[in-house]
Amino acid sequence: MPSLKDLKNRIESVKSTRKITKAMQMVAAAKLRRAQDAAEMSRPYTEKFNAVMGKLAASVGDSDSAPRLLRGTGSDDVQLLVVMTAERGLCGGFNANIAKKARAEAQKLLAEGKTVKIMTVGKKGRDALKRDLGDHFIHHVDLSEVKNVGYADAQAIASDILARFDAEEFDVAKIFYAKFENVVSQIPTMQQVIPFQVDEAAAEEADEAGVVYDYEPDEEAILADLLPRGVATAIFSALLENGASEQGARMSAMDNATRNAGEMIDKLTIEYNRSRQAVITNELIEIISGAEAL
Amino acid sequence: MAETVHFDLVSPERRLVSADVTEVSIPGAEGDLTAMASHSPLITTLRPGLVKSVGADGEAEYVVTGGFAEIDGETVSVLAERAIPRDEITQEQFKELVDEAKAKLSKAQETFVNEPGPVDDAAKLLSDMVAMGTHIGLYTD
Repeated sequence: MPSLKDLKNRIESVKSTRKITKAMQMVAAAKLRRAQDAAEMSRPYTEKFNAVMGKLAASVGDSDSAPRLLRGTGSDDVQLLVVMTAERGLCGGFNANIAKKARAEAQKLLAEGKTVKIMTVGKKGRDALKRDLGDHFIHHVDLSEVKNVGYADAQAIASDILARFDAEEFDVAKIFYAKFENVVSQIPTMQQVIPFQVDEAAAEEADEAGVVYDYEPDEEAILADLLPRGVATAIFSALLENGASEQGARMSAMDNATRNAGEMIDKLTIEYNRSRQAVITNELIEIISGAEAL
Repeated sequence: MAETVHFDLVSPERRLVSADVTEVSIPGAEGDLTAMASHSPLITTLRPGLVKSVGADGEAEYVVTGGFAEIDGETVSVLAERAIPRDEITQEQFKELVDEAKAKLSKAQETFVNEPGPVDDAAKLLSDMVAMGTHIGLYTD
């Protein structure tokens, strides 16, 4: 049975933990709003971009002259997995879920006899995958110094990936990130960025609209110009989704922690009051029996 | 009242403009062009330059660094890699853009020693950037 003093210390420490988690939750809520705004702002660009890409890719088709970024290298033996996670923990299952998805994919590919290369963005994903798949790491991008993710960051990652593609280091590239659904649910997602996957819906829409576009310069030159941008755009929107998801996950994790701390404080306070009462009763009994003995 | 087209200028980070205007001038890769209502459908890439829109609210100019534009009869969408309103661009920002283009050129010269294609592209990017800077009075050597 812990002493009164112990219980009191315990309650104090849980109370200060609650203060911290409460503060973290509020900070995450504020950051979440900003991250969501950023994701919202980038949406018009991404949508428009994908629509135009769909049209272009549909009209060029899989002819032999199509750029390699669209057509692929003709094999899928070497796969690059780009795992994007947060730089910080304390956000519930956010990092673990992305890592799990990536690990499952890597193991599936390895079982099929393919070569897997892994590039990590964000420290937490790296830590989570290091033990099983550390041998496959080829590069790590550190974003811990970056406060607000900008398009330039995405471009830097994309140009690194493209340089590796040009050097024929891999055939297929997939990115892993968490799609922001709402505060309580973030969906770990896998998306193939190289070769570029045509947005079927956009392509069909273009067909139906029946508008014949002129292209300046010709279609293939435009496509060659746009495909690398497409990789950067995909990575940028994944980074933004990830940013919002991270804050959402942290907010709900911290909300839970705050509630748990509250419950614990209530339980400990009851225990404290009970033992105080027990001590008082004990003292009374001692006094009374002492008086009776006289 | 002149016919209008819907003009969208978006960069990956934000939507700068979404308005009805009478004409939009675009620095296309193969020459400047001005789009007005019922322009024939066209998709073109951009070179660094100024996008200028003329509408009921007057004229507005934006510095863009590349990207592409989609024009059909009713809408003009400019998707710029980076877009900054002309009034807001500072000497430092512009210098950064020029430095970036210079870095790209020297990198291209290193990697593609015997292939003139990419080097010429990078050199053109830089000269377009410089031309634009001279035009808006920000370029100092």
